[in-house]
Amino acid sequence: MWTDIIMVLLTLTNMVALGTSRIRACIRIVAFQGVSLGLLPLLTHPFAPDLLIFAILNTLLKGVVFPVILVRTLRQLNVWKEEDPYVDYGLSLLAGPFVLALSWWISSRLPLPAAISSSMLIPVALFTLFVGFFLIVSRKKALFQVLGYLVLENGIYAFGVAVAFQQPLLIELGILLDVFVGVFVMGIAMFHISRQFDHIDTDRLSSLRS
Amino acid sequence: MINLKEIFQPLAAMLLAPLLFGIINRVKAFFAGRRGQPLLQSYYDLWKLLNKGAVYSTTTSWVFRASPVVCLAAVVIVACIIPLGARNVISFSGDFVLAVYLLGLMRFFMVIAALDTGSSFEGMGASREVQFSMLAEPALFIGLAVLARLTSSLSLAQAFSSVTPQVWASHCATLLLVAAAFVIILLAENARIPVDDPNTHLELTMIHEVMVLDNSGPDFAFIMYAAAIKLWLFSVLLVRVLLPVGSMPGWASVLVSITAVLLIAVLVGIVESCMARLRLIKVPHLLFSAAALAILALVFAFRD
Repeated sequence: MWTDIIMVLLTLTNMVALGTSRIRACIRIVAFQGVSLGLLPLLTHPFAPDLLIFAILNTLLKGVVFPVILVRTLRQLNVWKEEDPYVDYGLSLLAGPFVLALSWWISSRLPLPAAISSSMLIPVALFTLFVGFFLIVSRKKALFQVLGYLVLENGIYAFGVAVAFQQPLLIELGILLDVFVGVFVMGIAMFHISRQFDHIDTDRLSSLRS
Repeated sequence: MINLKEIFQPLAAMLLAPLLFGIINRVKAFFAGRRGQPLLQSYYDLWKLLNKGAVYSTTTSWVFRASPVVCLAAVVIVACIIPLGARNVISFSGDFVLAVYLLGLMRFFMVIAALDTGSSFEGMGASREVQFSMLAEPALFIGLAVLARLTSSLSLAQAFSSVTPQVWASHCATLLLVAAAFVIILLAENARIPVDDPNTHLELTMIHEVMVLDNSGPDFAFIMYAAAIKLWLFSVLLVRVLLPVGSMPGWASVLVSITAVLLIAVLVGIVESCMARLRLIKVPHLLFSAAALAILALVFAFRD
């Protein structure tokens, strides 16, 4: 029941991320997604102390640290909206449900180890993954690429929670550290790109500076 | 022999529908700190208009004169289909298709009557109306298809009476998505605020209101009345998705539905007081999101 509600929240946050042109709103919604996912292992697995530590760390990092870093970058860059992405927002919104249907189809043919707590977990995790990819390829502003990367990571995380029953804490912490360093470095890189080129449009990065 | 409980439902729609506008106006007045019109103002307006004569432009043809009558007739038939309680006067397998297409017929006549006047403003309004309803109608159909799928029944009365608390417990997410889509469709189809502002009489931004600029007297009364009944019907759809009244006994379900419909008018009033109209370019985006919500609900419904 609770897992299902989190999965629906995940789907809806994905849709919002697909449909919004405001970068700050997107940062918030991805943070919300991260927090709701951080609570997921507490619901699907039997309680254990290291699980609790991990959930708290995860929630703090995705719900507080990442948004703070990204909003600070946003302020420095002074870019608040993406006006014309490669794929229009309305079209992205309509693409969402079809991608969900596709991931449902894929998950129905995926050989999985038995006993997954909810039938929605795998399809929605795949959906989140695809939405992350979609955000990366269909938006021009570099900040959306970072957000797409975070959504992608959320999808992988949800998949991991569903499939791997008890990953060692160390590996999970390692992944979290990787993501943290990734976002940190990307924030700095974006700042330098915008200082050098006066924009962060990835489609214009391939042309030489005149 | 016509059942009293069946005939009561279209009668309730026809009697109480103008009240919805009164409630919306009162709520908006409350938010603005005014006292507002009397609750029955739309009835007075209708009465006043019915007692006047109609003026017809010489450029119009019979289409313009037929349109208000067709609109009202179509919407009254729909009022006989969409059930408040257990079963309405007209109920058969697949009746929701008839209901949606009758609403489509109503819109079609409004649009060709607007084009018939030859006014460029009305043509603009007609074009917008058609563009937005083109996006809203699939969402409505998909939402109804989700209901049909969940309750495995093709008639509205049966589908709605199968929306029980048990169904809500097991398909809460799906039904909520459908309800959210229906809210957006209700606001768009009835030209309420995020899509169209019924109060502005500025032709460049209007959609619905601009199409009826040339109608006067009884014709205009018919169109207003039809619009009120349409709002009533969409509210009933929303209420029947949201509330599992089907499991209540006879008259209780009807009374609860009517109260809930009036509450929806309050909700519309609150939305209108708190929100600004969207830019016209943004409206398709809103309607796309309604369609996306409905399709999501469909995917969830097919899961199990």
